[in-house]
Amino acid sequence: MTAMAQPATKTPVVDVRGVATRFGDAIVHESVDLAVHPGEVFALVGGSGSGKSTLLREIILLQRPAAGSIRVFGQEVVGMGDDAALPLRRRWGVMFERGALFSALTVAENVGMVLTEHTDLPPRLIREVAAVKIALTGLPADAGPKYPSELSGGMRKRASLARALALDPELLFLDEPTAGLDPLSATGIDELVRSLRDGLGLTIMMVTHDLDLMWRAADRVAVLGHGNIVGVGTMAELSRSDDPLVRQYFHGPRGRAALEQAWNRR
Amino acid sequence: MASDARAELTVATSGPNETATGARCAGAWTLPAASDLDRTLAAVRWPTAGEFVVDGAGIVALDTAGAWLLHRTLRTLCARGCAARIDGLRPEFASLLNLLAAREIPLAAPVPPAPGLLARVGRRAWGTIAGTGGYLAFVGESALALLRALRHPRTLRWRPILHNIQTAGVEALPITGLLSFLMGVVIAYQGADQLQRFGANIFVVDLVALAMLRELSPLLTAIIIAGRSGSAYTAQIGTMKVTEEIDALRTIGVGAQELLVLPKVVALVIVMPLLTVYTDITGILGGMVMARTKLDVGFDAFVDRLDEAIQLSSYWTGLAKAPVFAMIVALVGCYRGFQVTGSAESVGAQTTMSVVQAIFLVIVTDALFSIVFLWLDL
Repeated sequence: MTAMAQPATKTPVVDVRGVATRFGDAIVHESVDLAVHPGEVFALVGGSGSGKSTLLREIILLQRPAAGSIRVFGQEVVGMGDDAALPLRRRWGVMFERGALFSALTVAENVGMVLTEHTDLPPRLIREVAAVKIALTGLPADAGPKYPSELSGGMRKRASLARALALDPELLFLDEPTAGLDPLSATGIDELVRSLRDGLGLTIMMVTHDLDLMWRAADRVAVLGHGNIVGVGTMAELSRSDDPLVRQYFHGPRGRAALEQAWNRR
Repeated sequence: MASDARAELTVATSGPNETATGARCAGAWTLPAASDLDRTLAAVRWPTAGEFVVDGAGIVALDTAGAWLLHRTLRTLCARGCAARIDGLRPEFASLLNLLAAREIPLAAPVPPAPGLLARVGRRAWGTIAGTGGYLAFVGESALALLRALRHPRTLRWRPILHNIQTAGVEALPITGLLSFLMGVVIAYQGADQLQRFGANIFVVDLVALAMLRELSPLLTAIIIAGRSGSAYTAQIGTMKVTEEIDALRTIGVGAQELLVLPKVVALVIVMPLLTVYTDITGILGGMVMARTKLDVGFDAFVDRLDEAIQLSSYWTGLAKAPVFAMIVALVGCYRGFQVTGSAESVGAQTTMSVVQAIFLVIVTDALFSIVFLWLDL
């Protein structure tokens, strides 16, 4: 284990303050504050339409909030231009919910493309490093020459993760890493997230619905609801929370099953 | 993890041109240095037996690229019969190396072999044969669907048909009208010089009217519609194929033929003759304008002469081609859409093919029509 959840004395890797988002008249975020510390696995949860993915898109510069400040690696990213953002973008990797693999390229080429664009490695070494990333995400070696359309949903997610890891990012964003996967593949993702954090010393921020994933992999969890963060802490802390929205989330039938399972594992 | 320390690899040898006996690594073994390190590693003469110790105590930063180089070197040495190991690594780097060791990573990443010339030719030929067969099958299926729809006219979907008439017909009026007007201008202009030389100015009417009505107007319309609507049909059906909407239709029990193909074919068959009549008119208008400015043939004289210059058969032969061209454009466009496989690139490739094949077939069919009309003495 290299780095566990650090106390808040270090500068947060992601620091969101007072972010507000509106789509026309609909208010998505009123004022969101959260901080992700180096080396932690941070999960952002909330019901459908609570604006989790929107917040993620704002952090990775795909969308601009109406107000507020977002700092990544200590740099303000709201309103940042593409040129200024390039060095930052090389330091983080993003795995999209539906994979977003380039359909015209094989899995190995998807990963290799990032390396070709940003490094001067010879083609042979790029192929090798791409194979390493593919193996790291738990895909079999013969997945490399396949096209995304030939892969199953779970394999596509892993391939997308391999591409996100291509440049050895310090910060990894995962959008719904287990959505649409069978329980066995989802458990594989839990273990993968932890082993990546421990082995590569990554900071991971994920958006998820999956309570099992949170119990097994997340150091801290923030619950988004009514346009604000209604609770943040470890899973154990949140499960004792009094906030009605948090209770609804963690003490529904699924929440309770996940809780029991988590207790049984100890 | 980034560090400014330069990556170093020092190899100990017992003498010049001897094999290495040990190695010491230092600095930041990370992606930016990987290219140089890879070259340095390749230049070393590695031993084939005995113990080999790599001292990793000097490594201050390690990422997966650096870890891969270490892992690959050690694994290659072990495979050659050395007892190779790495000492002194920081615990977090050792755990990264273990992470790699735990996975099955091929030492040489496989390069997909490029197919030979013969294989490529064969594949291409087979693709063409299969494509022709598939196209015929598709035409057959569409004909069956049309027959079914004609037997129960209520099942014909009028809403998409009207929508297609709007997009492929009404919205195409400006561009088809403008282009055929210009075509009329160009023909009159090109002929003006020759006709003036013989004092046969008035025959510009015959030239423009015959060329437009018999050949150019139906051909021009078909080519514009192939580029405008045929490509749109391919892209639409192709994207629906990628997003599995076609499969969804099939599961719901709605035939893709009835919902997607028939309305387009029917709409184009209705619209193309109408557009052809319209471009007949705009084309002749273009000729009239040019005849007046360049040849002093006034509008009155032009219209008078028009009556004698063209027979009704010229008009009908041009118009008869339009529904055939419409079917070609619509069927090729839809067929190519169904040929899309999985990727965004495939949508692009099939759309290109759709336009090229539709225009090709339209021109070939036009030539066949000419031969047939010649036989029939029309």
